[in-house]
Amino acid sequence: MTRRVNNFSTMPTAYRDIVIRNRLGLHARPAMQFVDLANQFRSTIRVDSFGPERGHADGKSVMQVIILAAVAGTKMRITADGDDAQEAVDQLANLMESGFGED
Amino acid sequence: MKFSEFIVKEAVQAELKSTDRDGVLAELVDALAQAGAIPKNTLEEVVAALVKREKNGSTGFGKGVAVPHVKHAKIKKMVGTLGRSIHGIDFAALDHQPVYTVVLLLSPENQPQLHLQAMNIIFTNLQKDTFRRFLRQSNTREAILDLLDESDQGR
Repeated sequence: MTRRVNNFSTMPTAYRDIVIRNRLGLHARPAMQFVDLANQFRSTIRVDSFGPERGHADGKSVMQVIILAAVAGTKMRITADGDDAQEAVDQLANLMESGFGED
Repeated sequence: MKFSEFIVKEAVQAELKSTDRDGVLAELVDALAQAGAIPKNTLEEVVAALVKREKNGSTGFGKGVAVPHVKHAKIKKMVGTLGRSIHGIDFAALDHQPVYTVVLLLSPENQPQLHLQAMNIIFTNLQKDTFRRFLRQSNTREAILDLLDESDQGR
C-alpha cells in the first residue's frame, strides 16, 4: 500500500490511504491521539480528507485535524515527508485503521 | 453549519464570574439551563461529564481557547454557548497558557456528524488570529453575537 511518490527529493516521501473506521469519526480525542503520535516524528505530516468536508491539515496541528470533521467512512490520505516518513505513515495509518480503540 | 444553529444567544457570557475550570463549566451549563436549552435536572450530570472529559485530556487546545464538549444521553438537541474571561482561566491547556475564550458544546449521543460539523465551524473561526482578537475585545453579549453573526454571513 505504501509507495514513494517523489523520486527527486533527497528526503523520502511516503503516503497511505485509509478509511475512518470508528463510529464517531475523527472527533477531538482521536485527533489529539493522532497529533500526539505525529509529533513524535521528524517528518512533516499532511492529512488529506476526501469526506463531506474536503480539505487538508497539518497532521501536527490538533485544531487543523479537528477542522477536517471526518465522519466514519471518510477516505483519508496520510503523507509524510522526511527521513522517518515511512515509519510515520505506517504508524499513523495503523492508528487510524485501528479506530482509535473505539467501536 | 452556522453558529446560529447551536449557540444559545441568551446563554452567552461576556464576563465569566468563575475563575477556575470547573466553575466555568458549571457557570456555562447553568446559563444553558436558565435559557431553557437543557432541562435543569440534567445540570449536575452534564457538568460532571464535562469535568471527567477534561480530566481525560484538556480541551484547551492552545491560543487562549478551550472547547469543552461532551456527548450525553440526556441531551436531545445539540446546543452550545460561549464565555469570555477577562483574567484568564487555568484549563491545563496544551500550551500551558491561560484560556480567555471558552466555547462549550453539548451533543446528543446519536448525532456524531452534527457534532463534527459544529467542531469544524468552532475551530475554523478560533484558528483565525483576527477572530480571537475581536472576541477578546467584545465586552458585551451583543458584541459577541454580532461577531458570530458576521462569521455566519461570511463577512
